Amino acid sequence: MMVVLDAKIPDGPIAEKWDNHKFSVKLVNPANKRKFDIIVVGTGLAGASAAASLAELGYNVKAFTFHDSPRRAHSIAAQGGINAAKNYRNDGDSVYRLFYDTVKGGDYRSREANVYRLAQVSLNIIDQCAAQGVPFAREYGGLLANRSFGGAQVSRTFYARGQTGQQLLLGAYQALAAQIKAGKVTLYNRSDMLDVVVKDGEACGIITRDMLTGEVHAHSAHAVVLATGGYGNVYYLSTNAMACNVTAAWRAHRKGALFANPCYTQIHPTCIPVSDEFQSKLTLMSESLRNDGRIWVPRQIDDARSAADIPEAERYYYLEEKYPSFGNLVPRDVASRNAKTVVDGGRGVGPLKNGVYLDFAAAIDRDGVEAVRERYGNLFDMYERITGEDPYKLPMRIYPATHYTMGGLWVDYNLMTTVPGLYCLGEANFSDHGANRLGASALMQGLADGYFVLPYTIGDHLAPKLGDATVPTTDPVFKEALAEVDQRTRGWTQVKGTRSVEHYHRELGKIVWEYCGMARNRTGLTKALSEIPALREEFRKNVKVLGRPDGVNQQLEKVNRVDDFMEFAELKVRDALHRSESCGGHFREESQTPEGEALRDDENFAYVAAWEWQGPDTDPVLHKEDLAFENVQLTQRSYK
Amino acid sequence: MSSTAPSKTLNLKLRIWRQDGPHAEGSFLDIDADQIPVDASFLEMLDLINERLIEDDVEPITFPHDCREGICGTCGVMINGQAHGPEKATATCQLHMRKFRDGDQIVIEPWRAAAFPVLKDLMVDRRAFDRIIEAGGYISAPTGTPQDANEIPVPKEVADTAMDAAACIGCGACVAACPNSAAQLFTSAKLAHLNVLPQGQPERWKRTEAMVETMEDFFGSCTNHGECHEACPKEISLDFIAFMNRDYIKSKSKNRSLASQ
Repeated sequence: MMVVLDAKIPDGPIAEKWDNHKFSVKLVNPANKRKFDIIVVGTGLAGASAAASLAELGYNVKAFTFHDSPRRAHSIAAQGGINAAKNYRNDGDSVYRLFYDTVKGGDYRSREANVYRLAQVSLNIIDQCAAQGVPFAREYGGLLANRSFGGAQVSRTFYARGQTGQQLLLGAYQALAAQIKAGKVTLYNRSDMLDVVVKDGEACGIITRDMLTGEVHAHSAHAVVLATGGYGNVYYLSTNAMACNVTAAWRAHRKGALFANPCYTQIHPTCIPVSDEFQSKLTLMSESLRNDGRIWVPRQIDDARSAADIPEAERYYYLEEKYPSFGNLVPRDVASRNAKTVVDGGRGVGPLKNGVYLDFAAAIDRDGVEAVRERYGNLFDMYERITGEDPYKLPMRIYPATHYTMGGLWVDYNLMTTVPGLYCLGEANFSDHGANRLGASALMQGLADGYFVLPYTIGDHLAPKLGDATVPTTDPVFKEALAEVDQRTRGWTQVKGTRSVEHYHRELGKIVWEYCGMARNRTGLTKALSEIPALREEFRKNVKVLGRPDGVNQQLEKVNRVDDFMEFAELKVRDALHRSESCGGHFREESQTPEGEALRDDENFAYVAAWEWQGPDTDPVLHKEDLAFENVQLTQRSYK
Repeated sequence: MSSTAPSKTLNLKLRIWRQDGPHAEGSFLDIDADQIPVDASFLEMLDLINERLIEDDVEPITFPHDCREGICGTCGVMINGQAHGPEKATATCQLHMRKFRDGDQIVIEPWRAAAFPVLKDLMVDRRAFDRIIEAGGYISAPTGTPQDANEIPVPKEVADTAMDAAACIGCGACVAACPNSAAQLFTSAKLAHLNVLPQGQPERWKRTEAMVETMEDFFGSCTNHGECHEACPKEISLDFIAFMNRDYIKSKSKNRSLASQ
């Protein structure tokens, strides 16, 4: 297959591209929409909003989730908020400013046209969610409240206490439930998507495994939409939910969808530090805490005193000192990297010396305990439950953890992958955040893609297919894919090795975190490129999966996912190795400014790296989509 | 993490429910769980037990879990007869072993309710909750361009009440804790969230009748024990049940008069 990366960015001034495009895409007549079947995999913000919106338009939607209910998707755990350029605070916000901030925050590695559209539809998202009854925070006058978030110089973040993701997801889930009730969406819960089916170069369906019976099923449709989240669990420890995985995207990649920028990962600065080897996941503390918390470490190396015993003059407020203008509110990548620097330098705090303090004493003095409790009460409670320490009395201990992945399947302006008929939304695609995502922008992008972009753009693919039947599931392409998935899944119980799936996932995570985490260099990445295939080979020969392949088997569900992570990790490291510049969350030690900040190489790397699968034992091929910046001038980011 | 001093550990006696499938007969498995770190979460304790079972070639215990942050609502087991265990306002995944003492016996069972059949071991089927939401737990606002969000002012007190109710995570602890396996707390939380808001008024009475009657198709009746609230990891208030009862009675006459218009 000859791959041509055509982003299909509409012509015209940036502010008019989306409107022009909406007018030029082909439409499907309302009475004809019912003649099209669309598969949506994943029911998080992007998937649920897409499935509901497509069904409202009249399409027949089949929605798939591996959870027991669509409401469990990991979007539910997002705490802080959702951005929108409403300018309700009269503080100078605008669509252009949100666009500008997002392109800059992404360290100039995102596509201008997509980002501008995202900023435009951010306005509609808030209106849509408010109409659905999402209980956003309100001022006493009844109007919507806002806060500044994650380094933004304007207050554009809407929120529902510390549970914004939950409330937005429940809004989308409820819209989906209404369509299920109306018969326009068929929901397949506890269904694990294990392959994409492609015929004559076009996506025509998927293969799923029923997680209760173990049976594999084929599903056919005119288009397939993947909204299956990010790949953060390649690190084993992350803030992702336990079941988050790369399988859907990876299987699509193996069927011809290019994978873009897999090295871009956001390491979130405010998580609870690792406490022991048995730890299964890391917990995020919303970065809204940085609005009032002051980050510091002892100036003295290996200082064993408790926080209270360290006098003010001996505390190193490293962000406030280094970045007087942004202080504790520098973007996530900058905050994370600085935490790593001080901890690596021997100034870490806590029993394992692997954290930094996030101190609320000043805020409590200034505003009172009650005001702080009102703002962050649920987060403080969560912190205490996990650590056994009271953050009203002791400073919190935090450390960065893998949180979000900016890379993903390459998509064009229509959100279509390089496989015609296969779309990708939300965190699973690569499109809007460049090399670093701003706080409160993930919820915005998921809902933008699902509510307001795909419902327009999918018509362009479907309209010419009017009258075409879907490929029958009796077709050889489905039969082959079914047999392959069944064989692969059942095969794991025959390996009869000696180590658990968990063991191999943990080992993989250690390699990826060590060599492809917050800071990367050629030597380490090269080492990882030899260690990962060796581990993968051992895993495939020696993994132990007990129980039957028929029926509920959580080990079997996981082993497929870890197997895909084992292949994906290699691509991720390869991408990190080839990108010898630093940008956003990708910090190459060889490429830094004299002050130790990320140093971009715009001349050689202002492109999207999109990788093409060539088979299991062949190196992937790199394709480049050059990024043109016509509206934003590239600058070295500075938050001083 | 070799630089750490060994953390404190507990030796526990676990009785864990094992059941191969919905129609299989179940029984308790007794396990001596030694050297459980106090800093582990309850689910990390189960992870450890599973690792040990795998080592001994015993099929690991199936238990529902996902976010491990107390928000997705996937997890939940009966711990010594209490839904989500002894700590108030805490989902199973947020419960930590430091809440137990050395030598404790811990009985771990799935949610017990006719509407939540056991699928395997500690995992149950909670789809009946989705049926209640589908019956009317939404505001019909098709995707499009509704009016500007600030054109629907919502008094702060009302928004706060809606949020208090909307905090429900749908875990099912309320049903599991109820002697009647009633789902009043779950249903009323969603009803109150939508019914107090101005956006929720047009469908208020239809929603109320449909959701309550769907609930009754699956679940038992409420007899005001209040166990649901005690077990709820989000401390959803019993007041919402009173609110729902009032709205349900009203809905009968309102819907009749709406139908006759």
